[in-house]
Amino acid sequence: MSLARTVCLLVLLFLTACGKDAPWNKAQGQGGSQFVTGSIGEPSNLIPILASDSSSSDISGLVYNGLVRYDKNLKLEGDLAESWEVSPDGLKITFHLRRGVKWHDGHDFTSRDVLYTYRVTVDPKTPTAYAEDFKQVQSAQAPDPYTFRVTYAKPFAPALASWGMPILPAHLLEGKDITKSALSRNPVGTGPYIFKEWVPGQRLVLEAYPKYWEGAPHLARYVYRIIPDNSTMYMELKAGGVDMMGLSPVQYQRQTTREEFLARFNKYRYPASAYTYLGYNLRLPMFQDVRVRRAITCAINKEEIIQGVLLGMGQIAHGPYKPGTWAYKSKVDNDPGYDPERAKELLQEAGYHMGAGGILEKDGKPLSFTIMTNQGNDQRLKCAQIIQMRLKKVGIDVKIRVMEWASFLTNFIDKGKFEAVLLGWTISQDPDLYDVWHSSKTGPKELNFIHYLNPELDRLIVEGRGTFDMAKRRDCYYKIQEILAKDQPYTFLYVPDALPVVTSRIKGIEPAPAGIMHNFIKWYVEQ
Amino acid sequence: MANYLIKRILMLVPLLLGITLITFTVIHLAPGEPVEMATAMSPKASAATRARLREFYGLDKPLHVQYGMWLSNLSRLDFGRSFAPDNRPVLDKIKERIPITISLNVIALILEFGLALPIGIMAAVHRDTLLDRAISVFVFVGFAVPTFWLALLCMYLFGVKLGWLPISGIHSLGSDQWSFFWRSADLARHLVLPVSIATFGSLAGLSRYMRSTMIEVLSQDYITTARAKGVRERVVIYRHALKNALLPVITLLGFSLPALIGGSVIFETIFSIPGMGQLFYQGVMARDYPLVMGILVIGACLTLIGNLLADLCYALADPRIRHGRG
Repeated sequence: MSLARTVCLLVLLFLTACGKDAPWNKAQGQGGSQFVTGSIGEPSNLIPILASDSSSSDISGLVYNGLVRYDKNLKLEGDLAESWEVSPDGLKITFHLRRGVKWHDGHDFTSRDVLYTYRVTVDPKTPTAYAEDFKQVQSAQAPDPYTFRVTYAKPFAPALASWGMPILPAHLLEGKDITKSALSRNPVGTGPYIFKEWVPGQRLVLEAYPKYWEGAPHLARYVYRIIPDNSTMYMELKAGGVDMMGLSPVQYQRQTTREEFLARFNKYRYPASAYTYLGYNLRLPMFQDVRVRRAITCAINKEEIIQGVLLGMGQIAHGPYKPGTWAYKSKVDNDPGYDPERAKELLQEAGYHMGAGGILEKDGKPLSFTIMTNQGNDQRLKCAQIIQMRLKKVGIDVKIRVMEWASFLTNFIDKGKFEAVLLGWTISQDPDLYDVWHSSKTGPKELNFIHYLNPELDRLIVEGRGTFDMAKRRDCYYKIQEILAKDQPYTFLYVPDALPVVTSRIKGIEPAPAGIMHNFIKWYVEQ
Repeated sequence: MANYLIKRILMLVPLLLGITLITFTVIHLAPGEPVEMATAMSPKASAATRARLREFYGLDKPLHVQYGMWLSNLSRLDFGRSFAPDNRPVLDKIKERIPITISLNVIALILEFGLALPIGIMAAVHRDTLLDRAISVFVFVGFAVPTFWLALLCMYLFGVKLGWLPISGIHSLGSDQWSFFWRSADLARHLVLPVSIATFGSLAGLSRYMRSTMIEVLSQDYITTARAKGVRERVVIYRHALKNALLPVITLLGFSLPALIGGSVIFETIFSIPGMGQLFYQGVMARDYPLVMGILVIGACLTLIGNLLADLCYALADPRIRHGRG
């Protein structure tokens, strides 16, 4: 076929395609009870223990269930377990499983599945990042099909939450190599949605499971579209190609305020489970003096950062917890607060005096350090720039270095070759701080890379994770927040807001401390 | 000719080996390992977990052993399994992505050559006239405007405002239920924006190249002779000059071959096209060594084949080359 003829044919095809009869014209605006959401990343593996990315867990969360889950107020409730008991010494947990639950292929769910999930997770041959919590288990038994019991060597409070891990179908996996299982692309779960198809690089489709034990979800189809670019996703949202996405502060504040938009979409806003911080390398003499660290915190106007970087879409962080959660102490007495004059006094007390060029000096050395942060996060860079400006005003010289993530970790964090870092952590639902703050976690590639050593904090962390008594735990975490506020090993900066937007076609959304997705199966489309 | 061909093909083997050795070393020199990329800053991953994962992927072995294993697998055309958590065969992943990238790039390439060559010829024939200048401005605008920006503007205009064209992806939702005709039409609709923008962006280079070679040929003595003999201008340009001016373009066509599978990361990201560019980018970011190596090897093979084809075309056109007297 000649080139001219091909082009003619394409043009003809295109013109026909623009006609009113085209199926996409019919489909438009009638999403029915289909729900389309957009994601930057593609899931990697739908066997939950083999994946650690958020896209995989978004899908797994709808296909599988754990034994327990967090409710809308972030309290643990039964999921596949109807109830559970913890023995008085805190060593044994007995789960009573829900009866009548079926896997999507029709098999009964029993304690054999739970036992298999536990065994395969701790199996050294399984390449999983989730074995740690389960390794605390001394023994696991399934005395009958609807009872599952685990025994721990010592009381371990995060244990309960760890059973929120999605339970895998033993009848499909037992005796097979899990890494080569077809379930990684074609999962079979007990959850509200049945896996339908996965078109690589494009979308995943789930369909409502009519026999779900909580009742069939109202939205018949869940489509997870992979759109790697945020601007494209935003345009797809406006054009009706996706029903939900997370907005950036700029999009939330400036680009989605017109009436026309607000008539078509509902915007939501609540604290995200994450915080951003400025962490100091405590091996350096400069930062070993708590007065210097407190002075830096005093010199930083956190509110200004929230306004400047997040356009007000966030709140000040004083410690490692999300405001409003049970472990969060709203008023921390030791928190320095914004006070540049106090910063100057503290630095003077620490032996610094103003040198040439407006930079403080001690023993002839200027008070100067570099903040490192990772490339590709514009908010962190802006944040570092505001800090630089504020610290300059009290006489501290700050340089900023932005690095590619992998080399940042390998060449600087792992080797302890940094002065200060601007990074963020996700806040887990369980308030245990062992991995990030315990002094045993300062080894290579471990998370206490700033090298914060505090025996009192260690004791409180161990005490907090060693009891199931909520009041006792809260007491420990309140004390921990006071210690961290006093010591300022990090300057905790802010907790950003999550800013999801959902098309107004979808009803039944109920914002709660857990966000908006907690009652997804109750969302519906008004007929 | 056969001798020349055999010699050239034999030369490809050490070249390909050299390329794989260099790329293998370079990727492993980049900071960060796949295991680290997956577990870094994760409270759930202990040192034991990392060790276990490294062992699973064979990263605990010395580099030369890893290279040897990779090479021996490759000799059986086994590209290994991806280091991503899905652990799928690299070849499967590539097979899924390659058709769309190739079709998209072939269409863009045809359009690009189909438009750039006439534009270049026109500019050369009407050299230094208003038309020539207008063409220059047009192609340079395409060259200078950042394609991602242009892409976003077009997506906004045609997708959001006018609603004529889809914004991203290559199929509409639910299109698998439609007839073959509508599915093809749907695909064509999805390709309009990415293909036009890809073509517009690369028009400048090729058309300017065509213009300059054409001008060079048109100033040759034999053209002057032809004109002096009274041959019609059309015949001079399209029969005598064009044939010679096209010869260097063959090389460019050869170079375009690897780009057919490489795709473009920016394009595929903006338009959410699940192609090789996107796959390669994800592979590099996750330090997915087998995937990156697999794509690079295919790319290297295509580059070499492209060069070989270009050389062969030259050799066919010019006997001095194939007899080693070039």
